[in-house]
Amino acid sequence: MTTTASTTHDHPDFLAHHWDTPKQQFEAGKLGMWLFLATEVLLFGGLFVGYAVWRGNHPELFKFGSQYLDTTMGAINTVVLILSSLTMAWAVTCAQRGNRKGLIIGLLLTLAGAGGFLGIKYVEYSHKFNEGWFPGAYFYDKPSDRSRTWDDNLPVPGAGQLVVPVPDTEARSIEELGLPADILVEISTVVPPGQGPSGLEELALTDTVHTDDHAEHEMHALQREDRPANAHMFFNIYFMMTGLHGLHVLGGVGVMIWLLIGAVKGRFNEKYFTPVDLGGLYWHIVDLIWIFLFPLFYLI
Amino acid sequence: MTTIDTTKPTPGAETPPVDNYLTHSSGIMSWLGTLDHKRIGVMYLVSILTAFFLGGMFAMLVRLELMFPGEQILSQDQYNMAFTLHGVIMVFLVIIPSVPASLGNFVLPIMLGAKDVAFPRLNLFSYYLWVTGAVLAVSTVFFGGVDTGWTLYVPYSTTGTEMNGILLLTFAVFVLGFSSIFTGINFIVTIHRLRPPGMTWFRMPLFLWAIYATGILQVMATPVIGITVALLAVERLFGIGIFDPALGGDPVLFQHFFWFYSHPAVYIMILPGMGIISELISVHSHKHIFGYKFIAFSSVAIAIFSFIVWGHHMFLSGQSPLMNVVFSAITFSVAIPSAVKVFNWLATLYKGSISFNTPMLYALSFLVLFTISGLTGLHLGTLATDIHLHDTYFVVAHFHYTMMGGALIAMIGGIHHWWPKITGRMYSEFLGRTACGLIFVGFNLTFFTQFMLGSKGMPRRYHDYDGPNWTPEATELFGTYHFWSSIGSFVMAAGFFLIAFYLLHSLFRGKKAPANPWGGRSLEWQCASPPPHDNFSEPPHVGDPYDFTVLEWDEQEQGYHWRHDLKHEPGEA
Ligand code: HEM
Ligand SMILES: [Cu+2]
Repeated sequence: MTTTASTTHDHPDFLAHHWDTPKQQFEAGKLGMWLFLATEVLLFGGLFVGYAVWRGNHPELFKFGSQYLDTTMGAINTVVLILSSLTMAWAVTCAQRGNRKGLIIGLLLTLAGAGGFLGIKYVEYSHKFNEGWFPGAYFYDKPSDRSRTWDDNLPVPGAGQLVVPVPDTEARSIEELGLPADILVEISTVVPPGQGPSGLEELALTDTVHTDDHAEHEMHALQREDRPANAHMFFNIYFMMTGLHGLHVLGGVGVMIWLLIGAVKGRFNEKYFTPVDLGGLYWHIVDLIWIFLFPLFYLI
Repeated sequence: MTTIDTTKPTPGAETPPVDNYLTHSSGIMSWLGTLDHKRIGVMYLVSILTAFFLGGMFAMLVRLELMFPGEQILSQDQYNMAFTLHGVIMVFLVIIPSVPASLGNFVLPIMLGAKDVAFPRLNLFSYYLWVTGAVLAVSTVFFGGVDTGWTLYVPYSTTGTEMNGILLLTFAVFVLGFSSIFTGINFIVTIHRLRPPGMTWFRMPLFLWAIYATGILQVMATPVIGITVALLAVERLFGIGIFDPALGGDPVLFQHFFWFYSHPAVYIMILPGMGIISELISVHSHKHIFGYKFIAFSSVAIAIFSFIVWGHHMFLSGQSPLMNVVFSAITFSVAIPSAVKVFNWLATLYKGSISFNTPMLYALSFLVLFTISGLTGLHLGTLATDIHLHDTYFVVAHFHYTMMGGALIAMIGGIHHWWPKITGRMYSEFLGRTACGLIFVGFNLTFFTQFMLGSKGMPRRYHDYDGPNWTPEATELFGTYHFWSSIGSFVMAAGFFLIAFYLLHSLFRGKKAPANPWGGRSLEWQCASPPPHDNFSEPPHVGDPYDFTVLEWDEQEQGYHWRHDLKHEPGEA
């Protein structure tokens, strides 16, 4: 912030008035982007925690639900995304070297990767929608109707479900306290998750459905009697996490198109490539998140 | 600031240049599209104070309703909506953005010696995000209202009938969250990358340390509320059952998510306030701040600790006893860095030459009120007492002492401190002190009675305390306390209207402010009042921000300036 600085060094167009040097501006942009990426990780972090909680409470749902995901498609998508990260990194290098043609090609390839990813996701999603595997209340057999009251046999008791009678020991301990009879004591009827029955062993996964089977077979399986209660929970978290990730890919497409326009107009050169660099960082984090999602849903 | 020119007349001594940031350009668009951090700060200030007025009106409705037993002016539903909107506006629109976005935006770059924040465009964008969030949040009134309380707990928020209201509100909170995140990112980067040579970390005024710690919290905590309200919206729209036990979900998970953000958020609210208090106490007692590094690092310590205490809001939500004990213990430890600050401020006051002018009176009010709030926080953090006090007026009183008695009082003190700098005008000291007195008395009358109400068992968020479910004794006792609490709120309101009056009056009739009316040493007092467009017409003297020995009072100018016998500071290049 020196008043003499602006007259002594040259102040290129891309350098905003409050910076002394391009390096300072670039580093600030980079720090800002890293902070933003931290917020992205935390945004997804909430969902990852949700995943951990539900998986811990209802392992059978995840075991059951993940059969219906197409591992091949997931694997192809993973490869597509990793390749697009590679082309993005290449685009960034080209930008830093002032290679405009390379930059444009790199961005186009990355865009193609993003498009391919979204296309495959579209196929996967529409298959599930056709089968009626929506999240939550719209799951094909509608586990709950919003207008129902608590008395109507809800919640659906299932493995790992938290509806268990109060253990005798608890009731006795209240008596032992010697509380006067006219004091109302409320006892929770909910036991901590760890103490609920876990149904993983009993779950008959003998006629395990493989994803390469026909769709009819799969649907049949989802309707079968031994389907764990609340099977939709798996699809909840699946759609939430991959959906949010998909929105980020979509955002990445927007960023890439914007960078492409800039590249075609020749805005970037070896002195000024900050936006390409930052866009690349963003694209890598989107990738990285998928690399966690893929095994969590499709593989384990 | 690469070179310090020592031959020119010292800054502050010169007559203010004609051109300042207010006169630099004109027309409504020059404001709405401005990238100048000072103008953005002023726009934030005006907007946030407007929201404060609105939130205050809802508070008055609540207080009027509770003033006497029986239904007064609001039906039960209206009452729920009134306290919800009061809470939402005050928390999300006023106190969370308040100090960083308004005063922080204005003074941070100047204190640092920079021309602007790192990302001026992002700064303007986050202002408009705030405006969008504000409009969405307030517009819920027209779409059935929201009656869940500011905490948006499920199942109230997922099963009520006010579908559109909740959806709008979740969207509003999401957008406001991003406004806050962008402000945080901007300030962190500014402090890292725009410190001119000579401005080392330990030459930064403590206000900047506080804003920096706040920035970390804004960046690290806010995304979690973003995903929480997004899940809430999806739950509401598609009934996916994440928080609904009937569908296998877990309502307590919502509380975990919510408090994982909202406990750090209470420090987003208070830390900048603490930063202001460090400035006010030191400047207005004309004495070097005591324990600079302790105060600086306690801000960072608070920021870190605040992430691991959220469970103290859920002692009665079915957490395991072990978790309760752990959270309770960590909660106590947060009080330590807060107390470190309080003792350092007291030590600063000790043997200082204190000027009891308006900003200082607010700082002293803060000390009293914040101490009460912190100590009552310990009552709540103690498991045995919290079972009795949870969800009573005791909690209401506790958080009003922190948020209003702490964060807001500090902000008002800050406004008075920097008002001459921002507007170039002085306000009436007499009216300033009167208003501060009214607010202090009114505040304690309003909220101390609520401590008593709570410890006698009055639950929070109740529309009424009369009827068959209440003993006549309870109705009478609570009626007395509620009555005086309402009276107190009227006194406070009078104080706020008085402030509005004399501040607006000063804009037109106030005396011209000197560059440095209080004797501040940090850089913002070295540029003219109001500052020029580029902040400094010449490079300021960087140095120890609390070394007041380099200043002297100028009777004619009615302000302080650099001592004439000092060409430049010892140790400065
Ligand atoms: C010494 C520091 C503090 C301690 C030990 C503390 C402790 C607590 C505890 C244990 C509760 C939960 C009470 C209950 O619901 O039963 C609570 C509530 C609350 N505290 Fe604090 N607190 C402290 C400082 C603050 C500060 C600085 C703020 C804000 C600026 C704050 C804002 C709140 C709010 C808003 C609530 C209630 C939220 C609600 O339920 O609506 N606290 N505090
Ligand atoms: Cu808390």
